[in-house]
Amino acid sequence: MDGLLNALVVLANFALVPGIAYGSQLALGALGVTLVFGVLRFSNFAHGETMSFGAMIAIFVTWILQANGVSIDPLPTALLALPVAILVTVGVVLLTDRFVYRFYRHKRSDQVIFIIVSIGVMFVMAGLIRFLIGPNDQIFTDGERFLISARDFRDLTGLREGLAIKTTQVITVVAAVVCCVLLFLFLTRTRTGKSMRAYADNEDLATLSGIDAGRVVLIAWTLSATLAVIAGTLYGLDKSYKPFVFQEILLPIFAAAIVGGLGSPVGAIVGGYLIAFAEVLLTYAYKRFLGHMLPDAWMPDGLAQLLGTEYKFAVAFVILVITLLIRPAGIFNRRSG
Amino acid sequence: MSFLKAEGMRGGYGNDDILNGCTVEADKGEIAVIVGPNGAGKSTAMKAVFGMLALREGSVTLDGRDLTKLKPTERVAEGMSFVPQVRNVFPTLTVEENLEMGAFLRRDDISGTMEEVYGLFPILKEKRRQPAGELSGGQRQQVAVGRALMTKPTVLMLDEPTAGVSPIVMDELFDRIIEIARTGIAVLMVEQNAKQALEIATRGYVLQHGTNAYTDTGEALLANPEVRRTFLGG
Amino acid sequence: MRTVLPFVIFFLLLVLVGVLQSWSLAFSIMNLCLVSAVMALGVNMQWGYAGLVNFGVMGFSALGGLAVVLVSAPPVPEAWAVGGPGVLFAVLIAIATAALAIAARRIFAERVARIVATGVVVAVGIWAVADVLEPATDAIEAVDPSFTGFLGGLGLPVVLAWIVGGLLAAGAAFLIGKIALGLRADYLAIATLGVSEIIVAVMMNEDWLSRGVKNVVGLPRPVPYEVGLREADWFQSLAATLPIGAVELSSLIVKGCYVGLFTLFLAVILWLAERALASPWGRMMRAVRDNETAAEAMGKDVKRLHLLVFVIGSGVIGLAGAMLVTLDGQFTPGTYQPLRFTFLIWVMVIVGGSGNNWGATLGAFLIWFAWVEAEPIGGMVIDVATSWLGDASPVRQHLMSNAAQMRHVVMGVVLLLVLRFAPRGIIPETDRT
Repeated sequence: MDGLLNALVVLANFALVPGIAYGSQLALGALGVTLVFGVLRFSNFAHGETMSFGAMIAIFVTWILQANGVSIDPLPTALLALPVAILVTVGVVLLTDRFVYRFYRHKRSDQVIFIIVSIGVMFVMAGLIRFLIGPNDQIFTDGERFLISARDFRDLTGLREGLAIKTTQVITVVAAVVCCVLLFLFLTRTRTGKSMRAYADNEDLATLSGIDAGRVVLIAWTLSATLAVIAGTLYGLDKSYKPFVFQEILLPIFAAAIVGGLGSPVGAIVGGYLIAFAEVLLTYAYKRFLGHMLPDAWMPDGLAQLLGTEYKFAVAFVILVITLLIRPAGIFNRRSG
Repeated sequence: MSFLKAEGMRGGYGNDDILNGCTVEADKGEIAVIVGPNGAGKSTAMKAVFGMLALREGSVTLDGRDLTKLKPTERVAEGMSFVPQVRNVFPTLTVEENLEMGAFLRRDDISGTMEEVYGLFPILKEKRRQPAGELSGGQRQQVAVGRALMTKPTVLMLDEPTAGVSPIVMDELFDRIIEIARTGIAVLMVEQNAKQALEIATRGYVLQHGTNAYTDTGEALLANPEVRRTFLGG
Repeated sequence: MRTVLPFVIFFLLLVLVGVLQSWSLAFSIMNLCLVSAVMALGVNMQWGYAGLVNFGVMGFSALGGLAVVLVSAPPVPEAWAVGGPGVLFAVLIAIATAALAIAARRIFAERVARIVATGVVVAVGIWAVADVLEPATDAIEAVDPSFTGFLGGLGLPVVLAWIVGGLLAAGAAFLIGKIALGLRADYLAIATLGVSEIIVAVMMNEDWLSRGVKNVVGLPRPVPYEVGLREADWFQSLAATLPIGAVELSSLIVKGCYVGLFTLFLAVILWLAERALASPWGRMMRAVRDNETAAEAMGKDVKRLHLLVFVIGSGVIGLAGAMLVTLDGQFTPGTYQPLRFTFLIWVMVIVGGSGNNWGATLGAFLIWFAWVEAEPIGGMVIDVATSWLGDASPVRQHLMSNAAQMRHVVMGVVLLLVLRFAPRGIIPETDRT
């Protein structure tokens, strides 16, 4: 019995808790992609850079706050910086829409053109980010590091294994839940939210009903950028901030959005956690977990790892490909792909 | 002078005119039906009345006001409402949300209108929490008509409302349309099922090559041997 | 005129670099322009001819680079002795797995059964491959890890490796195309982007194959070495008559040889591409691109055509990738990044003129030139713009050190401006109907 408990704690500590946090970050990112897709009908390749840009602004503001001795200990100062980062990023994204995307929207360009345009936006943003903050690592988390540390947990429970829960992980999950609840209330309870879903459902009929396309697009960008900033900042807090990481994370985010069904917010959330847990559970080394469960004689020689961590995004990719082959419209999409 | 009057409409897509001086009218409480062979310009005429097609010539007036230059959404504000033939509901929105979106331009209380729609189509009240995309074809048509009624229109325009539904559902839908007309709304409708549609029509238009070939009451058109032979298949 | 003039401007710019900066730099730029042009031609075949969105350029390019290692690097006999049989056996198992998976798909008619059967076969196959491969690769990687620790190559001439690079990329494209073509444009874009990330991840982590991040250096050259040149009699007499140093001259000659060789390859590919575009096949390809439904209705096998053009285009990209690694003389998996190896090539094609081979070539020349020159020019601009802060300012120092990053901004802005104001590119596609 003790063995089983210890085993579960090990699994929770190294796989489940990080998985939930990572899944929350992916879900928030995928929501941003899926909202823009629902309304503007294209996959925004610049979304990773939007996340990165928002996180960068949050870091700058955090530095200013820290330099002036402002702190909300035990919480990280970055949370205080978040509203400013959201405002700035939403502003930038709306300007991008006004001066870049709107032209193609009015021309009713093909979605491929939109994708290539988003590559141009990605280049500009990537360059600005690397120019302003530099291409290197930035660690900007402060405040209390752990909600509960491994040692506290051991003392508390008397188990041999410890379960550490980082403050940033808790904040990530709480923020993701709050964002999702607010978003769903907005989409299902408010007139504006419903009009946005209506527009995503049937653009022509929405226009016929007097729903203003420009306004819907504006709201979609605003929501997408807001979610991107939160996702990016949380990701940076949880791991560390590296500009190039946000290009790598684009693949699991797209995978999450597509697996759930592009355009479906519920799908994006489910997809995010699905991808995260698949990645974590497939690349987790089960040696210590099995150590608590199996007699010594049955122990495997190696790490008992299904896949090296360096291939973790291959997991996202394989899930993506399987989805595209078996159910291209995604899990939560009622319309055909 | 009729309540809705679209007179001498000429226009089309590109260089070729599809409408060559076609006229349709409808008064309050009337059902005006446009029938005719494929490619006669029936749907185009409907679109022109609603402003989805720019006219080279002709005018559209409603209660004496000239709407010719207005965009479709502006015509909605003037009291027109349109049910497209396909893609006429929001599939992932619930029935109730569909109706709400129909009333998007209204800022007053819409619950009364919604009850009227539910009164007209009781099944929708039962299914009001269901996504419209999950309903049967006939029910979806009811949602589409209900959505259009939510603006409290004075003119309801229907583009082939019975396309692809069973005869029983069609009869049912026509009954509802009669009811709608009785409330004092002018109904303008394009129909493929010419015979059945003319039976309920107060006015009938037989369109050919974008012009009015015959114009009369529905009854008279049904009795006209020429019309029967050429357009109604004997 | 519209074709020739931009090229003239480009060469004038290059001469300017030679005069103002150095001729060595001008030659270096030219070489990468030529390699980029081959890559851009590959992308142009896929996007310009057929409208296929391949965001996996980086992966095909890296496969071409890997071919140089596999073909031309000197073999490591010790590694082959300890791990060769295991690796070969694993390859056989992988092939058998693929065959079984295909067979399973044929046998089971029912959808769910087919998916389950394929899944089981693939899972067992992967497990078996891993089981055989791991001890073999561990042994290989243990062989003198600081110098070799990989299987090495076959020690064959490097130009042969270019062909193999093309074939390797084409083969990979065939597999990917079989699965991913026919997907919607954005799905294809994401799928190819993902594949390229995985290809590069394999090369970064499978040390027994490519030495991973330890890089493979000292790859053989198709042209003479500087040191060897400087010992030759004709070189010494030439050096005596010219006003430049022997070291610089030898470097120029080597780079000049590369320019000649690359130009030859580019010319051949350009000629073939032009021939193909003008042929009935090219016309059909563009007809399919402009109206897929109509082409399908006319009985064209759109899927097959797409697969063909995807394979050929990727092969050309692979060839270019091999040329690039040869030029560098080393294979460095860690340097493959999508911005530089995928999206920059796309900028070249769009800016130059998609659907036009001369346009793609020009785009490659100009964009590579801009990519390189944006660094010093960006530095100067930032220098001037921040000079009021004073040299001691940390902000100024920080921005100066990141000035090179402005090249991304320049690329993005150029792409957006071209898309907006000249969407058909500098040399637009001509109507050949």
